[in-house]
Formats: sequence, C-alpha cells, structure tokens
Amino acid sequence: MTLLDIRDLEVTYRSARGDVPAVRGVNLRLRPGETLGIAGESGCGKSTLALALLRLLPASASVRGEIRLDGEEVLGMSWGRLRAVRWAGTSIVFQGAMHALNPVHRIGRQIAEPILLHEKVSEAGARQRAEELLSQVGLPGWRARSYPHELSGGQRQRVMIAMALACSPRLIVADEATTALDVMIQAQVLDLIAGLVAERDIGLLMISHDLSVLSSTCARLAVMYAGRVVEEGPAHQVFADPRHPYSRALASAFPTIGDPATRGQPRGLGGDPPDPTALPSGCAFHPRCPVVLPECSSTQVDLVPAGPERVAACVRVDTAARSTP
Amino acid sequence: MNTPLPGTPDAPRLTSVRALAWQRRRAAIGRFWREYRQQRAGMVGLAGLLIIVVLALAAPLISDRDALDVTQATGDRLQPPSLEFPLGTDETGRSVLLLTLWGARISLLVGITATLLAMVIGTLVGIAAGHFGGWLTGLLMRVTDWFIVLPRLVLAIALAAVLGPSLTTIVIAIGVTSWPGTARLIRAQTLAVEARPYLERAKALGAGHWHQMTRHVLPNVMPLVLASTTLEVASAVLAEATLSFLGLGDPSRVSWGSMLSRANSSGAVTYGAWWYLLTPGLAILAVVLCFTLCGRALEAVFNPRLRGR
Amino acid sequence: MSKRSPSPVLSARGLEVDFRVRGGRRARAVDGVNLDLAPGEILALAGESGCGKTTLARTLLGLVRPSAGQVEYAGRPLAYSTGALKSYRRAVQLVLQDPTGALNPRHTVYEAVAEGLRIHGISDNERDRVAEALARCGLRPPERFFLAYPHELSGGQRQRVVIAGALVLEPKVIIADEPVASLDASVRGEILALLLRLREEFGLAALVVTHDLGLAWSIADRLAVMYLGRIVESGPTEQVLTNPRHPYTQALVSVLPDSPVDRSIILSGEPPDVTRIPAGCRFHPRCHELASGAAEQAGVAEACRRTPLPVLGTDPTDGAPAVACHLHAARLTPTADSPK
Repeated sequence: MTLLDIRDLEVTYRSARGDVPAVRGVNLRLRPGETLGIAGESGCGKSTLALALLRLLPASASVRGEIRLDGEEVLGMSWGRLRAVRWAGTSIVFQGAMHALNPVHRIGRQIAEPILLHEKVSEAGARQRAEELLSQVGLPGWRARSYPHELSGGQRQRVMIAMALACSPRLIVADEATTALDVMIQAQVLDLIAGLVAERDIGLLMISHDLSVLSSTCARLAVMYAGRVVEEGPAHQVFADPRHPYSRALASAFPTIGDPATRGQPRGLGGDPPDPTALPSGCAFHPRCPVVLPECSSTQVDLVPAGPERVAACVRVDTAARSTP
Repeated sequence: MNTPLPGTPDAPRLTSVRALAWQRRRAAIGRFWREYRQQRAGMVGLAGLLIIVVLALAAPLISDRDALDVTQATGDRLQPPSLEFPLGTDETGRSVLLLTLWGARISLLVGITATLLAMVIGTLVGIAAGHFGGWLTGLLMRVTDWFIVLPRLVLAIALAAVLGPSLTTIVIAIGVTSWPGTARLIRAQTLAVEARPYLERAKALGAGHWHQMTRHVLPNVMPLVLASTTLEVASAVLAEATLSFLGLGDPSRVSWGSMLSRANSSGAVTYGAWWYLLTPGLAILAVVLCFTLCGRALEAVFNPRLRGR
Repeated sequence: MSKRSPSPVLSARGLEVDFRVRGGRRARAVDGVNLDLAPGEILALAGESGCGKTTLARTLLGLVRPSAGQVEYAGRPLAYSTGALKSYRRAVQLVLQDPTGALNPRHTVYEAVAEGLRIHGISDNERDRVAEALARCGLRPPERFFLAYPHELSGGQRQRVVIAGALVLEPKVIIADEPVASLDASVRGEILALLLRLREEFGLAALVVTHDLGLAWSIADRLAVMYLGRIVESGPTEQVLTNPRHPYTQALVSVLPDSPVDRSIILSGEPPDVTRIPAGCRFHPRCHELASGAAEQAGVAEACRRTPLPVLGTDPTDGAPAVACHLHAARLTPTADSPK
C-alpha cells in the first residue's frame, strides 16, 4: 500500500515575466513507515513540491499530474475532504516556528485547537492530549501553559512537531524543519522525529538543503535540481557514492570529518543555480557540470537505473549502464 | 566561474567613475519614472500640479501686475461672471480670475518653502535622534513631543504678533510647527536602517557618523522624506490659507487665504457673490488634492511593501 | 601545517564583555578569552548560538569595547580613539553572514567595493583597485559587475562582493562571521576556497566564526570551541575534530554524519543562560561524562560541580590542544602521556 504517490507532477507559476516552471515532472513514492529526503538548493522546486501535496500553492500556480494520498487523488479533492486530509492525513512542519505560533495564546490551547475542531472530544480531553503530545516531544506537560515567547527556538520547533502529531497524521512533511536550529538542538529534534516515525509507522517526507542531515535521518534520498529529480536511491549510498555529478557536488559540500581527502579542500560548484525562467537546454545542469559531454546541451536525460534501487538522470550513468548490462 | 548576469547589459566600455555614476543615476531615474507611470492617480495629480504651476508662473505674462492695483480696477463691485471677467470681480472691481492666478504664486511659494523648512528640520532631528541614541535622542524626542502638543495656530499667532504679519512670518510659523511628525517618521525609518547589517559593515570599514548618516541612512530615508514632503505641502497650503484668512499674512500680497478673508469681510456671502468665495476655495482644494495624489503615488512607488519589488 | 608563529597578528588577552539585559542584570557574553591569530593562519571559532562567538568577533573588530582585558594588534593593545580605530579597521576587516543584508540595496557593486577606499581617503586608481579586488574574488571581468545592484546578483556573487569590499583595503586579517551559512550548499565550497586562496596569495589571516564543524575541517588550521563565553577546547583542527577531548566537543562532533566519535551523544536541554553561568565547570549540567558517572570514577565529580576551571591560555607551543575539563586533567595527570 502506497501512502504517497506523486506522478508526473508539474507546477508552473504564472507571473508578469512569463511562466516560471518550478517543478518539472516529478515521480515519488512513499510507503508507511518510510522516510524520504528531498535535497536541493534554493529554487530547485522542493518547497513548491511540499506545498503542492496539500494544495497550499498560491492561485498563480498551475499544477498538473497526480498526487495520491492513501490512494486518494489530492488535486481533484473537494474542499471539505481536503481540509480533513490536511489535519488528519498529513501534517506539514515548516521552518521558522517563531512565526507559526500565535504569540497571544498558550501553546497548550494551540495544540488542542485542531483536536477539538476535528475530533469529537471534550475540552478537558483535548487539553490532556495536548500535554501527552508535549511529553512525547520531550517537553514537560506544564509547558502547555507557557506562551510561545517563553520557549527557546528548539522548544518551539518541538511544539510545532507536537501540533503536527496532534491528529495522528499518516504522513509528516518537514520542510527545512531543523534548518534554523543549532547543531545540538537539531540533533535532538531529528532524533525525536526518527523515533516517532519508527514508533507510529507514519511516513516522513523531509525536505532540506542539507544532504548530510537527510542522509542520517532518511532511508531514501531524492536530489532535485531545476525542478526535477536527478538522483534517487538509498540515502547513505546517494550521500557516500553519488552517481549524478550534481549530487556529487552537493555531497562534497558536506565534508566528512576525519577524511584526509576533504581536509583543506573545500569543494563546490562553479556558477549559480539556473534561472527558472531561462533554463539551459538539454540537461539543465550542463553549464555547471564538471564532467560535461558535448551531447549534454542537447539531450535531456530521464532517470535511468544506476544500481540496485537507484536511479540517476545523467548521460554518463546511462552509457555506463548500457555498456555493462 | 562566471555566469551570465541577469539584468545587466553586456560589459559597457566605461571610461571613468563619473560616467559610470551618471549612467547609473539615469537608469535609476528611468526605473523610477516607469514605476510612477503605473500609478494612475499619481499621474492625474502630477498633470494637475503641472497645469497649476505653469499658470502660476505664467501669471505675469498673461496679465500685468497693475491688474491687482485697486485704483486701476476696471470692473464694478462684485460683478458676476461675464465675458470680460470670466470669474466675476471682487469688492474693488478686480478680476477674480487674475486674483486667483496671482494668488497661486503666493500660496504655492509659502506652501513649498514652509514645507522645505519643516522637512529639513524634521529630517535632521529624525536622523540625529535615530542615529546617535542616548541622551541626545531623549532630548530631541522630548522637544519633538513638545512641538506636537503645541497648538499650531496659537504658536503661529504668537509668532505673527512678534514678527509682524508678513510672508516670512507665515513660512516660519508653518515650518516650525509642522516638522515633528516628519521627525518621528524619519527616526523610525532611521532605526530600521541602522539595524541593517550594511551599517555594521560600514562601521567595520571605519566609517564615521557623517559617512554612515549621509551614505547609508539618508539615501534610505530620502524616498520617505520625498513622499512625506509632497503630502506635507498640501497641509502647508491649507495652513497658509488659514493664517491668511485670520489676517496674519502679508496684507500687500494676494493669496488664496487672503482672498477668502476679504470675501468674508466684504460681505460676499450675504451678497451671494459665490464666484468670489468658491474660486479660491476650489483652487485650494485642487492643489491639496493634486499634492496628496502625488504623495500617495510616491509612497506606493517607494514602499517595497506596497509594491512587492 | 599549524606552525606557531612567535608574533601573532591579532590576539585577545583575558577578554571579557558584559552587557546589560532587560531588568538591569548584567550578562557576560565573553568571560575571559585568550586567543592568538598568527599571520596567514585560519582559525575557526565554533559553538552554539548564544555562546558568545559573535560578540567575541565584534570585540576583536573593535565594534564592542571589552569590559576587561584587551585586544592586541601586531603586539600593541588596541586604542579606542577615533583615529586609532580607523587605522585599525584598514587592517582588520569584517565579512558578515548574510551578504544580502551586508550590501546597501541602493549602492551598486562598484560603490559597495569602493566604500572602504572612500572612507579612508584613498583616491588614486580607485577604479583599478576596485576592479582588481573584484577580479581577485572571482568576479571576472570586473567591469561587468560595476553597475549591478545587489539584487541582480546571486548569493554567492554577493558574498564575493562583500569579500572584495574588505579586500580592497589590503587588510592583514579578515574576521568572517558565518561567511557561508546563508549560501547554497554548492556555492559554499567556492567561497571557502576563495578564503584559502587569499591566504595563499596574500598571507591573509582569518578568524572564521561558525557553527559548522565541517567548515572548520575544510579550511581551518586551528579550531577553538566556545561554550558560554569561554573557550573550552582549542588546538589544531585535525586533533580537535578527530580526537575531541572536551565532552562538549565530543558531543558536537558525535552528532555529525560519519563522525569519528562512535556513538552519538545528544545533549539534552538548551545551552544555559549567560545571565546564570553554572558554578564549577560551566558545562557540568549538560555533561554526559558527569551524568554517566565517568567523572565520579575519576574522582572529579565534586570538582566539576564546584571548582571553577582556569581560563585557557593561548595554545601551548607543542601544538597539543588545550582543554578546560577537570576529567581530562585528571586522566592526563596520572599517566602523564598525552593521547596520540
């Protein structure tokens, strides 16, 4: 049973400057209890993808393709059903918990609110659930009576996770949920998320620019560039042995401490992420690619097998795979 | 290593820094004008202002200054509009149209000078209060508060009594009473600019107060000052009318306020001489409206929140 | 690699910085720091947010006056008169975290880079100097960028402009506060490589403030780890990261992917408040060695809770890391051989 099934998803923003393609044909699948990381730089379409899952995109965006949550088509869903799914089916944890919490309400009330709204429980019952949720995310129950400003950044991010868990969702989407946090707090929150996923058999779609965080939290990893998935596979393999030159560049941006090869050798990519209104021809990565071939500027490569359970969209992978069947 | 730079023309052959700066400035003006043109109300206001200013400037060309001389008045007392006097005459037989034209000069002159005075004071106080902090800010802000609670009219009347009724009196009276709002506005904006990292960068580069204020703070508050000035001119024109109406203006010069004052005292109301009252009144309304429209349009162009880059 | 130079270009001696927090209490953001930066050396200063690393950087730049101790440049204490500060600022430059905020949106690239020259009244060959600084920072050909406004550039290009603006004054030291934290991952390496190249070519020393130990591993010769206003461990980067001695450093390293520390140590709780620094070792309330009883076994648990640790001096000349930890000291003394 697939929990989340995205097929040929395309999202285009209509603007005064013309159409801006943000997501250009993405296929992803996630089963319950699975964790999938989506890595990529700003502007690669990863956040648009997250918003598209629950139809949270602005009206200027046109969406094509299929998104199925538990087999149910999201794009054609009625508003009432969509609202129910937004709470009970899927929860999104965004970056910047400071702004997502209402400063004038106690956090207990903010967690209890969706429970009261979507489930038939008494107020006392909802309050108790809120305290349980807080203790699940490692905060003492009395914190329910605190106001957001009394909490630190890490604690607020935990409150956001507690809120995401409030209606026992089947899927959690975490969009840069730990990016603004300190290393140690980030480790705490990631540990918490990993524990919850394992314990409750929910699906986790985690979006980040930080490949190293994704590789340590998620089982599978998809790397996006210019609105497309350029590589997908088991997370540690993608991180340790990337097949697509872009994944390789992204992975080498996070050096392995203790590896002498990376010591004193900061590595990165020349050039800048492409302008979505003027994408390069052929493989969108070719102008920055360190191992570019002549045909890259004309041929667009689709994802091809690049090892067991792995795919990558690169001419070099394609030819290598063909020469060794 | 180098990628094409979006939005920048291909490397122009630049000879000097001055040519470069000029080119940049022209581009900025061009960009500003393109954005201002999108504001329809602003364009209407600007067109109205242009017409009024051209008419005011052309007054000496259209008519002789002698036309304002009571002894040389050609018309009868409070004559209704006719072909000879399209807007009728005043109580001494002068053409109301010509009076209004000449009055525009004084009204605009006073309105603009007084506003410039207020803006200079307000900007200086606002930037200083925002930049320095400490006791100086405390002092400046208390002075500002004091001017805010002071009734403008009373102060102006007191000033006129001391200085004697003249144009200068009116300019000073309006100028020194209308800066506090600007000062508060500019201070708030200065504080916002001061919190930006580029000020920290400038400090780390060794920039002194003068450099920080003139190169970073002032250019960033300038748009606000400009928009606020435009709006303030409207209220200064009104203030001028009020003070002149109360007889605090220069008695030898015609302004819209003094026209209203004379219309009132000459019994134009009871006589039913609507042309005498309505013309300067509508003129004030038109000028105030035009300045307000322009000011709002400038605000919309300058304020990135209203514009969304 | 990290040969200790006898005369540091920039150093901190017993630096303390206090500031007033709401309610009139005083907080000590920097609580006794000794630091040496040799010419041409890259030193990384790591720690969580709120540990005082940014305040320390600002104090070293002369933007904040220390409450005690002093900043020394080329062996002489920094004077805080306007003239002295101005000449100091030609030599020690700042690179901020967010290049978007660090550039005035109304100034072109040319103005942003030339700003330092104008402040210091250097008017000969302004155009050539600006062009050269931009070219050195990889913005080639520089003329193409003169007229550009910051919003027309990418994040990486903006940071290059900020670095060029610092470089144009031919400084001896660059203090970079999280120089790549707000940049895209693929661009970071290029900016770090630029810092390394500037060191190679011009002998530029750099103090890089960062929360990212991977960054330190990539470019830093030495690494100092800060916790609550103090440096708790400092030494050559390889040694500090591959064999961390202080429990706090161990924890920081352990949560990295493919960490040299086997088990991951996730500290509970938040870094404590600078207005309430714990007694004894300031790290003891979160220390896993104390919690697990390791400190008890070594007989230093009481010292951890009670006895304050001395302020670390600058690194010992033998190149071994300096560690502010009772347990480490206890383990070191009886056997008297330093770990390899």
